[in-house]
Amino acid sequence: MVDSSKTLGSSQPIRRGSLYIFLRQRSTIAFMMVLPLLLIIGCLVAYPFFYSIYLSTLNKAETAFVGISNFLFLFKRETFWMVVQQSVTFALIAVVFKALIGFIAAHAVNNIPSKGQRKWRGMMLVPWVIPPALSTLGWWWLFEPTYSSFNWILEALGLSAIPWLSDTFWARFSIILVNVWVGAPFFLIMYLAALKSIPEDLYEAASIDGASAWQKLIHVTIPMMRNIISITVLFSIIVTFANFDIVRVLTQGGPRNSTHLFASYSFRVGIESGDIPLGAAVSLFMFPVLAVLAFIILRNVRQRTVNI
Amino acid sequence: MQQRNGSRRKFLQGMGALGVVVATAPYVKTSHSAGKLAIGTWDHWVPGANDVLREVCEEWAGSNGVDLTIDFITSIGNKLLLTAQAESRAETGHDVYCVPQWMPSMFRHRLEPVDDVVNDIISAHGALSPAAEFFAHLDGVWRGAPAPAGSLSYPSVSRLDLYREHAGIDLTSIFPAGGARNHELVDAWSYDSFLTAAHKLHAVGKPFGAPIAPTPDGNQWLGSLFAAYGAEVMDASGDITVDSDEIREVLEYLSRLTQYMPDSVYAWDDASNNRFMISGSGSTAFNPPSIWAVSSRDMPAVAEQLWHHDSPRGPKGRYRASAPFFWGIWDFSSNISAGKDLLRYLARKDVVDRLVAGSKGFDIPLITSHYQSNDLWKNAGPPSGVLYNYPIRGDEVPTTAGVPAPPEYGAQIFAQGILPNLVARVTQGGDTFDDAIGWAENEMEGIMRG
Repeated sequence: MVDSSKTLGSSQPIRRGSLYIFLRQRSTIAFMMVLPLLLIIGCLVAYPFFYSIYLSTLNKAETAFVGISNFLFLFKRETFWMVVQQSVTFALIAVVFKALIGFIAAHAVNNIPSKGQRKWRGMMLVPWVIPPALSTLGWWWLFEPTYSSFNWILEALGLSAIPWLSDTFWARFSIILVNVWVGAPFFLIMYLAALKSIPEDLYEAASIDGASAWQKLIHVTIPMMRNIISITVLFSIIVTFANFDIVRVLTQGGPRNSTHLFASYSFRVGIESGDIPLGAAVSLFMFPVLAVLAFIILRNVRQRTVNI
Repeated sequence: MQQRNGSRRKFLQGMGALGVVVATAPYVKTSHSAGKLAIGTWDHWVPGANDVLREVCEEWAGSNGVDLTIDFITSIGNKLLLTAQAESRAETGHDVYCVPQWMPSMFRHRLEPVDDVVNDIISAHGALSPAAEFFAHLDGVWRGAPAPAGSLSYPSVSRLDLYREHAGIDLTSIFPAGGARNHELVDAWSYDSFLTAAHKLHAVGKPFGAPIAPTPDGNQWLGSLFAAYGAEVMDASGDITVDSDEIREVLEYLSRLTQYMPDSVYAWDDASNNRFMISGSGSTAFNPPSIWAVSSRDMPAVAEQLWHHDSPRGPKGRYRASAPFFWGIWDFSSNISAGKDLLRYLARKDVVDRLVAGSKGFDIPLITSHYQSNDLWKNAGPPSGVLYNYPIRGDEVPTTAGVPAPPEYGAQIFAQGILPNLVARVTQGGDTFDDAIGWAENEMEGIMRG
């Protein structure tokens, strides 16, 4: 065994300072390696989050501390409750359809022979890869209130034009449609990865036991994907609740505020109207609900992982 | 070691001598001796207008030894406002910033008073538009001076041929390009006669179109219509007055007018009425000359039939929506004096004339004498005199959505689209007048929170 503290030709041991020893520790190296990421999260996530909490506790002129008054004030606003209702409806419907389409598409892609699979995977990821503000602009051209391309086709087929963006129902339908189009590939790729990680032995054993395709899906595939489904749905709910760009580009919250979500309404109140504290309160309103949801889902995931 | 000490002593002696020389040397003027000045202004939609503004500013900077930079910031996506919010909170960015319409009120606590500048301008060139005083003279202090570009108004833009053929109205005889007007004809141009015309034009598939959505254009035309009926959602003292007979009267009128408008107006943005008119589908819109300018290039046959003219008269008068633009100086600017000098320079008649020509008549100077003595609008065409009535020539009063509420509330009434949403609730959503007014009252209480 060579004593690393000595060098050849020297009878005196080289003294290593405590700093050197500290820096050589694995935990220190690990910390140094994640430090850039911690700094980024600290500057771009943690600081804005706590700053927005601070802002939401100020009065309109940002000169006095008002505690939770801004949140209590929102309870009395009719338009705000409409925004809450719309955000919940939008998030739930969009996530359900994204998960469903992603699940079906993942199975479809998984059943394609591996030679051509990469091509299909790449194509189906395109909506998720394009910056949403740009792709939504493309959708806006298709839905354009007066010169909609979709309506041009419908009318050419002898059908009635649809008020895609000017009618409350259709405007809500349109923003959900675009959100599902953008977000479904994320579910696809996550579910596809989960499908590929399920051991083939399980399916073989199920086949030997005479299980049908449906039974394999219910008793093998879904239980084995449950964790990834939970995490994906949780992530998507949080992101969908926070959606901004689709509404901003497509409807700007209209008609009659009927497509505003938390983020777009927060922008309208905080930035455009100059009431930053109230805008911050709007944007933080769902945080406790989503935090509890995240806690419950992640705890269930952890428990299932331990049981496995 | 001795040598090293000697060098340090020499170095210190040298630096001391240099300091004495710098402190006692005569002041030498360099090309940038008056410091730096950064300008953030609106990115003009008229091709070439930015270039003229840059030239003018750089000429001033060159002759005054200022190191000037100018950034043109689009208002698309509200980027001009977003940048102002960011700069005012970070207390850094440009020195001089473009603050149109309600923005002087929104940023009044961050804008340097420019009373001395505006007083100099008024004493040298005469009065400003009344709209300028309402938006920028806040609590007795001017927070912005007339901007060199951007100020505009929203006249009616109508198709001469369609009005003659289908509504039996010759708009050029009511609102001629110069000369005396026939007061009887002008007086007869009311919202009732406009409704009759809109009905006839709708019947031949050439309707009137304007957004009923919380966009600037949607706010503007509805603001002038509400004002013509004396319908205010908030009065000048800050009291909520939305529950009034005048509001009911204007909602009643709009219930009839919207029958003759396209259903899609509830989703229109600020470009929709342009496309509607340029494509030849529409007969009237309320808009600056962008419709005429673009159709002159793309659809000359349409452009030759366009005419800008006064708004219809309502029971309480004739109002024209306007959007004055100002340049303010951030209070954190390190070169406030240079900024003020620039604002004075940009108010000169020769400079304003160059800028108006650069914008092809889109910009209307806030200094009244400057547009009254400029023939550019009279000579524009075809058709000849199409822009003559773009600056206010008759009895119209400039206004906008939110007026006459105190500016801190008016800005929010505008931004949250209270008027378009109130109208849409009735005309599209089917709300009763009382339900819609109740909603507006609730919104107004939210706007007034402390």
